[in-house]
Amino acid sequence: MAKKPIQFQLNGSPKSVFVEDGQNLLDVLRREVGDLTPKLGCAQGACGACTVLVDGEQHVSCLILAETIEGRSVQTAGSLANGPDLHPLQEAFMDGFAAQCGYCTPGMLMSAKALLDKNPSPSREDVIEAIAGNICRCTGYEPIIDAILDAAGKSNGRQIGSGGSYA
Amino acid sequence: MPMQSQVFDQIGDAANALSSNRSARYLGGGTLVMRAVNSSSQSFDTIIRSTDPSLKQIQVQGDQIVIGAGVTMSQVMANRDLDFLNPAAKAIGGPAIRNMATVGGNLFARSPYGDFTAALLVCEATISLVGSQGSMPLADFLTQRYREPRSVVVSISVPRPRDKNAFRFVKITRVKPMGVSLITIAAVLPQTGGRISNARIAYGAMGDFPIRAAAVERALEGKILDAQGIEAALAVATEGISPQTDEIATEWYRREVAPIHLKRLLLGTQG
Repeated sequence: MAKKPIQFQLNGSPKSVFVEDGQNLLDVLRREVGDLTPKLGCAQGACGACTVLVDGEQHVSCLILAETIEGRSVQTAGSLANGPDLHPLQEAFMDGFAAQCGYCTPGMLMSAKALLDKNPSPSREDVIEAIAGNICRCTGYEPIIDAILDAAGKSNGRQIGSGGSYA
Repeated sequence: MPMQSQVFDQIGDAANALSSNRSARYLGGGTLVMRAVNSSSQSFDTIIRSTDPSLKQIQVQGDQIVIGAGVTMSQVMANRDLDFLNPAAKAIGGPAIRNMATVGGNLFARSPYGDFTAALLVCEATISLVGSQGSMPLADFLTQRYREPRSVVVSISVPRPRDKNAFRFVKITRVKPMGVSLITIAAVLPQTGGRISNARIAYGAMGDFPIRAAAVERALEGKILDAQGIEAALAVATEGISPQTDEIATEWYRREVAPIHLKRLLLGTQG
């Protein structure tokens, strides 16, 4: 089977990998790169467990043809914490018991990050809309919505960056 | 089945490759074709795509807004000229899907998907196909698309609306805010002297592909948009329509609820 070399930025670091024709980005991240934070759920774009940011915009990585990521920037939930320092969203999820089984959490975090990067002071409706493509079968969503609003409040309206920084 | 992928700088070259390979599919935003790939579809073994920048452009040309087939739903929502289509674009998936799903791809989405196409139908959109295949009304394209699976759409042209407020759209789902359509209704309701003139109504998820509700349009002509004025239209809400039974609803259920949602849309009382 033909393999193609691609180069892209993953969480700020350059990556060079060979991808197969037809291979999706989620598969490449997990198998070829070893970033296990995006999860395989439905493989149909319906559950959001594989959500990543591509050039800052949320995408479902299971539906991205991997070779199209050439030269682009990908962020996964693996980019959020800086060693032991959690990202404000991760802290808020932990403090608010917004994860139970945790399978949806990386996708939820990335959808929330995409929202807060653009809108640091979202309304509850904004949060509900932002995670509309992310399915959780444990929490009933309310703790997740509260956690995202809590993280937004902690940021005091400033851009929430990566690496546990509020700045 | 081992998959091959081919990429072309020019959309014309991609179309030529597609026409010469019956086992190939054209990849737009990926939300249709990659689902099939992930499901190990045996119906094709080659993915063809193009990086032609014209596919991503939205241009105003005279009284037409020309939308490149590769324009995403998010791009539609961000474009001021297309703001009247916001409710239809926002009805497509969640934010991640809207960053990927394209206007061109929506034309090929099988029922109960393809809600945006219902909106394009009432806007009397025209489809431009690659090369010498020319252009055609969207309604004609929809009836032919499965007979012409080799066709590649380059752009979709929408006349600039005289009155953006005449456009209405509703998508009924069992799950909110993101769910699969039970019935989608798009409408353009121009009024002259307080009476409906040349109404255009289209349904999504009520057949193999989005379709104009011709009987409803005729029944609305010259009527006042109130409870009494729309009675005749509601009585023929599903005339000439053949809803499907799927995992979302039965044909019977869709026929039963169509007049109810049509009434709410026409009177502006939908939730």
